[in-house]
Amino acid sequence: MSSRDLILGRVRRALADGSGEDGAPPEPGPEDGDSSYEQAVGRSYLREHGARSPAETVDLLAENLADYRAIVHRATEEELPDLVARLLDRRGSRQVLVPPGLPSVWLSAADPAPVDDLAGSTPGELDAVGSVVTGCAVAIAETGTIVLDGGPDQGRRRITLVPDHHICVVRVPGQVVASVPQALGRLDPTRPLTWISGPSATSDIELDRVEGVHGPRTLEVVLVSAD
Amino acid sequence: MSGTFVGMPAFPKAAHEAVNNTTLRGNLRHATHTIRTKRAKAVAEVSDWAELRDAGKRIKDHTLRHLDRYLVQLEESVTAAGGVVHWAADAEEANRIVTELVRATGESEVVKVKSMATQEIGLNEALEAAGIRAYETDLAELIVQLGEDRPSHILVPAIHRNRGEIRDIFVREMGAWGRAAPEGLTDTPAELAEAARLHLREKFLRAKVGISGANFMVAETGTLVVVESEGNGRMCLTLPETLISVVGIEKVVPAWRDLEVFLQTLPRSSTAERMNPYTSMWTGTTDGDGPRALHLVLLDNGRTDTLADEVGRQALRCIRCSACLNVCPVYERAGGHAYGSVYPGPIGAILSPQLRGTASEIDASLPYASSLCGACYEVCPVAIDIPEVLVHLRERIAQGGPVTREGNTVVLRPARGHAAERAAMRAARWALGRPGALRAGQRLASRTRRFHPRTLPGPGRAWSGSRELPAVPAESFRDWWQRTRGGKDVTK
Ligand code: SF4
Repeated sequence: MSSRDLILGRVRRALADGSGEDGAPPEPGPEDGDSSYEQAVGRSYLREHGARSPAETVDLLAENLADYRAIVHRATEEELPDLVARLLDRRGSRQVLVPPGLPSVWLSAADPAPVDDLAGSTPGELDAVGSVVTGCAVAIAETGTIVLDGGPDQGRRRITLVPDHHICVVRVPGQVVASVPQALGRLDPTRPLTWISGPSATSDIELDRVEGVHGPRTLEVVLVSAD
Repeated sequence: MSGTFVGMPAFPKAAHEAVNNTTLRGNLRHATHTIRTKRAKAVAEVSDWAELRDAGKRIKDHTLRHLDRYLVQLEESVTAAGGVVHWAADAEEANRIVTELVRATGESEVVKVKSMATQEIGLNEALEAAGIRAYETDLAELIVQLGEDRPSHILVPAIHRNRGEIRDIFVREMGAWGRAAPEGLTDTPAELAEAARLHLREKFLRAKVGISGANFMVAETGTLVVVESEGNGRMCLTLPETLISVVGIEKVVPAWRDLEVFLQTLPRSSTAERMNPYTSMWTGTTDGDGPRALHLVLLDNGRTDTLADEVGRQALRCIRCSACLNVCPVYERAGGHAYGSVYPGPIGAILSPQLRGTASEIDASLPYASSLCGACYEVCPVAIDIPEVLVHLRERIAQGGPVTREGNTVVLRPARGHAAERAAMRAARWALGRPGALRAGQRLASRTRRFHPRTLPGPGRAWSGSRELPAVPAESFRDWWQRTRGGKDVTK
């Protein structure tokens, strides 16, 4: 008997106290409207915590990002290229990684040489690049989280991981949701997702949060609005 | 070679040794008290905590009730997304599968992101025996690995080490494993983190094989989720060409939407954060992004036996947040090593004896390593009634009865006269510490939670010393009734 059958057999015997599936073929999962599942779970928790206007939700995002040591900036679309240029200049990076679909205007005022993330680039090559600029898929105000889904303005996961400085542009209020449940509703699980809440940190030394281990140690988030 | 739990002395003896170690005690006390207060604050921020906790419990219970169905669905989803699913009935089989998968890549080293499942099966040792070096990349795991130590906490395996000890381990050992610690390394946490960054970076950048666990697996979509802080997880999950994830079968949840509950309750319960710095979610493989091969090893190793116990199966709801460790007065004094398992603290006391059975002295004594104060239940984000399971396991050990081992029903003999019983009784005295320990045990069997000793008796007395056990947060109704007799006696 294969281990698969062995384990599934053990599960069915263990559940034989009444509710097991005992040999029954797999039934459709929750997606197909499994009422027993929804009844069993009974989601009485909140979809979001408190009622906020879109502007207040953006403020909360800024506050929570900053609370976990992300550096938050605000700009209009028009101001964005200059701001990005200033941030890169202040950082002193000579090169900046660019996802394939990043709006070219974002870096139009920047000095550092743009570097494409080629399929053949090795992690060691990426390690030599100081900064990366990306967009995001969604941002969550209540938790101060930005989520990347590998879209054209975000690129492969590794480009926001290896460089030590990440500038992430969030379009507000359009890309901002209040809560985790709302964010999951907007995300596509078939894409590789990275949820980022502040720069890399550890609680491993005496259970105290210290910033800066393996991921980017500086996270700058630019909240950009149409006007 | 890292330390091993084989041949551990039973809990009371190991605990006694631990409490005589004042550094260990100080480190643990400091760390657990820090996190305790923060957790309470992080939880209080969320007005619907009780509802989230209830939903988490219900999702897990429902999944366990239909575990066969969801495992089959998960297998289909992962396979459809480009992953390969393997099934491992026990630790040995899981280690064999992983070793063969690594061998097939031709590599002789792997980078690992902290995973309880791979610790549980002793994967590093198995790989080492096959000539494959496994580098732990989580900071605390690195400290444990370099210090040839054993993990003592679920979330922070090196919680028993203070910054000075960590510095000394880094200075002494890093050179032998790769890049040496920087000259003049001090014990500030930021410098220690920097030293770990430098030491591990070269390993990440050249790694071809990554090994992980997963916090959650979504049956509906085949998505795996790793929740972490440092970015070492992202490194291991993203840079290698081959990713092998070893995950206990109880980690499956039915739907994508279910993550909305656990992504709210897990970070607040474990590190007291609104959200942990990084969470990675991946569904099979993605063209041009991340590993080209994904292997998922589904691990039983005693979980189906645990599932067969109607009272004990709730332990499988555990999301490994470690909140129960951080509030436990016994854990705080005894330390994680005394539990003789990778799962220490209250959850370890109910999980290890179920996963491994109670044949060994240490496993038979674990259900007694508690004062049944109930603090663990109060903080558990999936509402596992740990005291209820402890009492249930004590009864089973003392009175014997049918249990499931490796899928077969076996009848345990009553422990009377057995080494296990003697150990258990010693432990009972140690933890409960009254001359009438047996009587107390019977009262406890009715799930009384009013037993709050001010000092630990027996071997514990010496080390609980002049300090008081922390008050259990939030007095239960029963406690209040007991104390005030329903409000009649207000003088107390
Ligand atoms: S038993 Fe509950 S509190 Fe303890 S680690 Fe598991 S989920 Fe967390």
